[in-house]
Amino acid sequence: MKDSQGPLWEVFVQKKAGQPFVHCGSLHAYDKEMAIENARDLYTRRSEGSALWVVPAAAIVASSPEDAGSFFEPSNDKVYRHPTFYQIPEGVKYI
Amino acid sequence: MDNVVDVEKNFNSKLEKNDFVEPKDWMPENYRKHLIRQISQHAHSEIIGMLPEGNWISRAPSLRSKIVLLAKVQDEGGHGLYLYTAAETLGASRDELLGALHTGKAKYSSIFNYPTLTWADIGAVGWLVDGAAIMNQVMLQRTSYGPYSRAMIRICKEESFHQRQGYEIMCRLCFGTEEQKEMAQDALNRWWFPTMMMFGPPDKDSPNSEQAIKWRIKRETNDELRQKFVDRTVAQVEFLGLTIPDKNLKWNETKKGYDFSEPDWSEFYSVIKGNGPCNKERLEARNKAHSDGAWVREAAIAYAEKKKENILAA
Repeated sequence: MKDSQGPLWEVFVQKKAGQPFVHCGSLHAYDKEMAIENARDLYTRRSEGSALWVVPAAAIVASSPEDAGSFFEPSNDKVYRHPTFYQIPEGVKYI
Repeated sequence: MDNVVDVEKNFNSKLEKNDFVEPKDWMPENYRKHLIRQISQHAHSEIIGMLPEGNWISRAPSLRSKIVLLAKVQDEGGHGLYLYTAAETLGASRDELLGALHTGKAKYSSIFNYPTLTWADIGAVGWLVDGAAIMNQVMLQRTSYGPYSRAMIRICKEESFHQRQGYEIMCRLCFGTEEQKEMAQDALNRWWFPTMMMFGPPDKDSPNSEQAIKWRIKRETNDELRQKFVDRTVAQVEFLGLTIPDKNLKWNETKKGYDFSEPDWSEFYSVIKGNGPCNKERLEARNKAHSDGAWVREAAIAYAEKKKENILAA
């Protein structure tokens, strides 16, 4: 049966300019105008945001939890990517 | 098969560590089913819960109380939508969930099958019913399923206004005329025991509870939550100068909590079965709204299709 509720959209809210857009939930809407208006009514009733993104849920590509181990493995053994890996002689400032 | 054992071990260790389970993670089929049932019932309760309060929007005693009530009812609709999308992350479709509500196959909180007879009932519902719901929902912020927990965190932020506006109505009535105070007492008399039922049957008769606690879907039992609710509410009642309609209500120094009477559980089961004062009315109103809105959904789908064609043709 075809879903009568329209496709699913994911909603991202930016609290104020300069901050990142954060995922806050999802909703159903038939087109993008309706999606952004519904997002406003559903997720920003108390001034939670100053900007919104809505993205068709079907367009999102996600990593899969089963492969998370091997997928993110390449970064596990690279401690030299962190500043704490390096030793700086005592007395050297501003670094 | 090693793989199956591994994923199950992984799932259990997440629960032990109080980690969250996310939609794409492996989970036992019964955990998934339990969650779909619980989250969708919760969503249905929000949606049906709009009806008893909506009943008073057009008769609110002032413009202020009218805009407040409108905002509250709109919130309940929003809460229903957060919860439906949380249930959908588990593979249920919105149409399927709504269908189960409309045919009566799915349940919703039995409290909404009681009528709101006077304006004081709007006060009592906000204060007691939302108060009891908050108690449950605060616990559910720590539920093991990520999307449910996130929905609960949003909902809890919004709910506290609901309870406060209800108590404000009660204050106005209780410190108003003698007649108004009687109206408030009458509302408390009618809502007290149905509110106590909201936490569900006693632990010893609650078959789903034990498993739900094991899975960390629930973090506290029905009886624990009910006790907490009574302990917190008594002083609020005393402040209003009202009387809780329970002769057995008494402070118990040894347990540092109140003793109180159990609600009439046969009434609870009878209302769940469909014999409450408003079951029929609620389902009819919901079905009517859904079928009256069918043309809007059809038109919106047609419009979206047409715009897609225009883009392709251009």
